[in-house]
Amino acid sequence: MPNNNEDIVIEMQKVCTRFGSQTVHTDLDLDVRRGEILAIAGGSGTGKSVLLREMILLQRPTSGTIKLFGEDISTLTDAQSHRLRQRWGVLFQHGGLFSSLTVRENVGLPLREHSALDDSTIDGIAEWKLSLTGLPPGTGLKTPNQLSGGMLKRAALARAIALDPELLFLDEPTTGLDPTSSAGVDELILSTHALYGLTIVMVTHDLDLLWAVSDRVAVLGEGRVLAVGSMDELSHHQHPIIQSYFVDQRAIISKSKISKSKVRPDVPAQEDTWRAK
Amino acid sequence: MPILAENEPHQARTDISPATLEQAGDEWALGGSWTARELGDMPRRLDQLACGSSEVVLNGEKLAALDSAGAWLLQRWLSRQTASPVFKNWAPHLQRLMDRVAEGAADPPTAAPQKSFLERVGRSATANVEQAFALLSFVGETAAAATRQLAHPGRIRWRILLRNIQIGGFDALPIIGLTSFLLGVVVAYQGADQLKNYGANIFVVDLVGYAMLREFAPLISAIIITGRSGSAYTAEIGTMVITEEIDALRTIDIDPIDLLVLPKIAALVIALPLLTVFADITGVIGGMVMARSQLGVGFHEFIERFGREMHGATLLVGIGKSVVFALIISGIGCFQGFRTKGSADSVGRQTTMSVVQSIFLIIVADALFSVLFSMLDI
Repeated sequence: MPNNNEDIVIEMQKVCTRFGSQTVHTDLDLDVRRGEILAIAGGSGTGKSVLLREMILLQRPTSGTIKLFGEDISTLTDAQSHRLRQRWGVLFQHGGLFSSLTVRENVGLPLREHSALDDSTIDGIAEWKLSLTGLPPGTGLKTPNQLSGGMLKRAALARAIALDPELLFLDEPTTGLDPTSSAGVDELILSTHALYGLTIVMVTHDLDLLWAVSDRVAVLGEGRVLAVGSMDELSHHQHPIIQSYFVDQRAIISKSKISKSKVRPDVPAQEDTWRAK
Repeated sequence: MPILAENEPHQARTDISPATLEQAGDEWALGGSWTARELGDMPRRLDQLACGSSEVVLNGEKLAALDSAGAWLLQRWLSRQTASPVFKNWAPHLQRLMDRVAEGAADPPTAAPQKSFLERVGRSATANVEQAFALLSFVGETAAAATRQLAHPGRIRWRILLRNIQIGGFDALPIIGLTSFLLGVVVAYQGADQLKNYGANIFVVDLVGYAMLREFAPLISAIIITGRSGSAYTAEIGTMVITEEIDALRTIDIDPIDLLVLPKIAALVIALPLLTVFADITGVIGGMVMARSQLGVGFHEFIERFGREMHGATLLVGIGKSVVFALIISGIGCFQGFRTKGSADSVGRQTTMSVVQSIFLIIVADALFSVLFSMLDI
């Protein structure tokens, strides 16, 4: 296991988060290693999204230290946090695309803001990024509200990787998608990871996604990280919360899939046509 | 970890230098960081460069970093050359990025369709006609719903109505009172000089009285309420459209017009005339204060002449107008809210439109009233 500081991108130590009297995290420790796909799992209300927001400087923990690329966030100057923010991309749960811009302008916005490239070059790069995420040509000219849920996530991912970030955060990348589109997102995450070799931190409930893409999974519960490990290790873990989380959900999912495929075996998924090739 | 070895460009970002391209015969040496931030004027330089016809050798030995922007730019240049590219001394991960770019570069960016001037005029004209018809149908639906409710008074939603009166009327008292008071001061002050010239100081009472009661009090109340309540109505309903709350109402068989529009219209029709009376009072008080300090017309004298000269009709003219203004404000506010489509910026657009249209229509209505009253000699 690599343990020197070079290989740790995010280092969280003794992080506590409280909102009024409600405690979200107590003494939470978590490391994210360079180049890995780390998933943060856990039941609703265990502070997964809060943890993500703390990693991307949208929220400050009540106490504890967080180091991003080796820099302690409590002593960051404005210039340093600007530089840090340009090193990562974020895919928000609902996309977070600007509704007043077209999809292509959304993807080109980080480039327009942080580089001196001319408009036609930026448009071309944005179109290529969109095609990279498996969107059909012509999507770039639409506005975000003309897109379906799956297309929205793809477009949002295209914006997140617009500047080739070193670190990519995904907040529930498959929530609200049908199984076919979620499978498409699995492939998309893997191909993006393979192409750029970036570090990915994602928050998800989706067990299929966890099995398909994650190198390590951190399970949150009781305000801390209950366990970190590969899916294989976790599925044999003895902790009752982890047991119930993996075993029960898995059973429910596989059962529901069987019953559905029995009823409607012949119906193709709606969004099949624009899946990543 | 094997992935680390392939991942050097991201680690090597410390030695950042601008992108360079040097030609030696058929060989082109790339150097520096070919990244979005460091490309500089490379797009323009590449546009002017052309290479030989057989093959172009790209030497990537000194290439410090390459990101999607750099790879895309290089690929665009290569696709414009007749020569076939040969990659020499390229790190495997950079080569992979170039291969990926080459696959996707087949689709050139589709240009945004440019609409001709004539088409834009035509589209905006049909949109306006469509909006006029939509307004007409909204007025009709609302009138039908109102008739239904009046026939069954038990279905009137009193709590919502009273709450709307409180928010739109009672809570607006301070701002309306202050604005109208200041307006009374201004009217008296503007008249003072002229009246003093003719020694007609006492006529400041008529000036302030008629101006406030007939024109300024109804108008200023209506304009403030447009900004305060009309815009809020549009934003509230518009947001509900976007979050599918309006659709939810329809599916549980509650008419959105019953629940959202009628209480708002009724509330303003009750509140705005009352606010106008309040504005009349504070406006005249403002005039009175100014009359005493500038023209030496005492409070007692002022009130005595005011009682003699002003008739009930003068007050009623103002109040009558304010009822019409209330219908315009609440009607347009709700109508524009329901016209919201799709996304957050649409709410902003409709709210702007609602306020502009309301104020415009209020002024138009006021002008029509002036014509009407002069014909009827009121």
